[in-house]
Amino acid sequence: MSTLSEAQAVEVAASKKYKYGFKTDIQYEDFPKGLNEDIIRKISEIKGEPEFMLEFRLKAYKSWLEMEEPEWPNVEYEKLDYQEIVYHSQPKKKPKLNSLDEVDPEILETYEKLGIPLSEQKMLAGVAVDAVFDSVSVATTFKEKLKEAGVIFCSMTEAVKDYPELVKQYLGSVVPSSDNFFSALNSAVFSDGSFVFVPKGVKCPMELSTYFRINNENSGQFERTLIVAEEGASVSYLEGCTAPMFDTNQLHAAVVEIVALDNSEVKYSTVQNWYPGDENGKGGIYNFVTKRGICKGVNSKISWTQVETGSAITWKYPSVILKGDNSIGEFYSVALTNDMQQADTGTKMIHLGKNTKSTIVSKGISAGKSQNSYRGLVKIGPKANGSRNYSVCDSMLIGSDCGAHTFPYIESKNNTSSIEHEATTSKIGEDQIFYLQSRGMSEEDAISLIINGFCKEVFKELPMEFAVEAQKLLAIKLEGSVG
Amino acid sequence: MLKIIDLHATVEGEKILKGINLEINKGEVHAIMGPNGSGKSTLAKIVAGHPAYEVTGGQILFEGEDILEMDPDERARMGIFLAFQYPVEVPGVSNSMLIRQAVNAVRSERGIDELDPLEFEDFIEEKLKLVEMDDKFLDRSVNEGFSGGEKKRNEILQLASMEPRLALMDETDSGLDIDALRIVSDAVNKIRNSENAFMLVTHYQRILNYITPDKVHVLINGRIVKSGGKELALQLEEKGYDWLMKDQLVNGEA
Repeated sequence: MSTLSEAQAVEVAASKKYKYGFKTDIQYEDFPKGLNEDIIRKISEIKGEPEFMLEFRLKAYKSWLEMEEPEWPNVEYEKLDYQEIVYHSQPKKKPKLNSLDEVDPEILETYEKLGIPLSEQKMLAGVAVDAVFDSVSVATTFKEKLKEAGVIFCSMTEAVKDYPELVKQYLGSVVPSSDNFFSALNSAVFSDGSFVFVPKGVKCPMELSTYFRINNENSGQFERTLIVAEEGASVSYLEGCTAPMFDTNQLHAAVVEIVALDNSEVKYSTVQNWYPGDENGKGGIYNFVTKRGICKGVNSKISWTQVETGSAITWKYPSVILKGDNSIGEFYSVALTNDMQQADTGTKMIHLGKNTKSTIVSKGISAGKSQNSYRGLVKIGPKANGSRNYSVCDSMLIGSDCGAHTFPYIESKNNTSSIEHEATTSKIGEDQIFYLQSRGMSEEDAISLIINGFCKEVFKELPMEFAVEAQKLLAIKLEGSVG
Repeated sequence: MLKIIDLHATVEGEKILKGINLEINKGEVHAIMGPNGSGKSTLAKIVAGHPAYEVTGGQILFEGEDILEMDPDERARMGIFLAFQYPVEVPGVSNSMLIRQAVNAVRSERGIDELDPLEFEDFIEEKLKLVEMDDKFLDRSVNEGFSGGEKKRNEILQLASMEPRLALMDETDSGLDIDALRIVSDAVNKIRNSENAFMLVTHYQRILNYITPDKVHVLINGRIVKSGGKELALQLEEKGYDWLMKDQLVNGEA
């Protein structure tokens, strides 16, 4: 290869680096670094929260103080100094919410760069967007249309103000504030997030979508999401995120709770593309997330679909507690790690009710020097007669410096139930790539096709437009990984 | 169409091809025969651009152009097709997806409009008849769970769809029962015309009963030791390869 073409190759590679790595210049009204009771009181005060919320936060803070950061995940990183984090930030120019024209043009420009179509086209596509810019929601669209159907879709801050009874009833009911180190921290300091409430018998008329974005260096992002589907209700919720490029690690400790009552159905889809750090493992987001749903009612169903491609470290187990008889829990996951990324992700399916069913489909793709672990628990309680679980965990390795690990945990206390577990590990082969190349496809298209084939079972669970986005994302993430 | 000049190649340091000279013109079918390990499959793979082989000397010209520096996909889009001896499985990717992408890659190179999924359905229907395959094959993952014969017919289906200028068939006949061999041969005879060319790599002359070659070359120990007309294949059937191997020993190592 000549010097010139090498230089060109480097240039091409460089231009393909994290394409969302820019920072919008907006002034911040920041809190001082660090965490104490005063900071929590101040967060609560700024948000104008009722007393019960402040109590919720303080209680969580007290339990957090007594907890230790977990060591058991199969990841290695330098522990964070929690007194170096800024726990609340918001854009200074507070936008009015009447129309998009009144939103800070710089924020709109950021959305533009991200390709977030916060516009009429979205409505045509039937998607409502509740955009979260750092900690404060700046625009909520289609609220009116949803209101007509009786669906509440708003920021958590608004929900606390406008629907305090619902928040009081459900917040922390699935993930107690003392559940784990990061959920406790989130419960103490959460800034904002989304609240969805679908009342009895209502099928939500559109897919609900939220985009998250971290934009302030050293400001922790503590999102809080709560979704409640009443009897016979159904809703599909999409979450996608990107973040700008920074050198210092950023913490993302979100909590998502889902409650499904009798005969209801909630589908939660994520495409996660936080900044993963550079190829030497410098920078990148720490993504320590607690996501859990409870099938509280009979015949209810909760389905998690995730495509995890970003973050320096991912630590996340979207879970379902199958309490109602005949309830169904599903987990479909694609986790891709490249360069120095580390992921320890999977699910927990807790079968408590009779004839409950769960399905786990996990596809891990490791490239570069990354480490990718599946960790899953299937637990069948003594009263869960006739319950069934089916799990399949497939790993694909690209190159020889990466690792794939599987940690399945099975606990069954009921002998009328059945658990099936299948696992495979494969290596993307030179022969497979050559075969597709000899059919006229470029090497990159060939890899993309093989990977998409590998992930097909998961992608088919995603809403159409998300599936297309996810396929492209995987291709971008793997550019230059093979050969 | 294809001109190979003094081609030398190695795999993992071992010399496999030791000076191959071969010229195939359009409208011709050439059979490359030889015992196991003689280098005949290697030759087909190198022409298609397999990355595991290192060309250490010589040239491969396709339509007058040196293709040695080209990636396999560039060669494919130029009109070189390799029917694999061991077709590869691609789980989760439907056969129709693969073939449509392949056909469109070639079409866009040739400046022809790409086929949308509906147009492709009409297009592929004709091709399926050629290899007597059911359209159910299209929905299945590429080669996954296919029998040996189905895999080989699938290769010919792809050949028929991509309409190459030069088709390299790497032991397509191995593992085929007599009915499948007839189907595959009939298809090749229908695809064969005055504008394209075939290189059939085979161990046995059986397939040459169905596809009549213009030339037969015997490859032994990395060299073409004998070339002739179709009657050479019959001679090999009768006498095996031993007599030619002796010749080679007499000639000695160069």
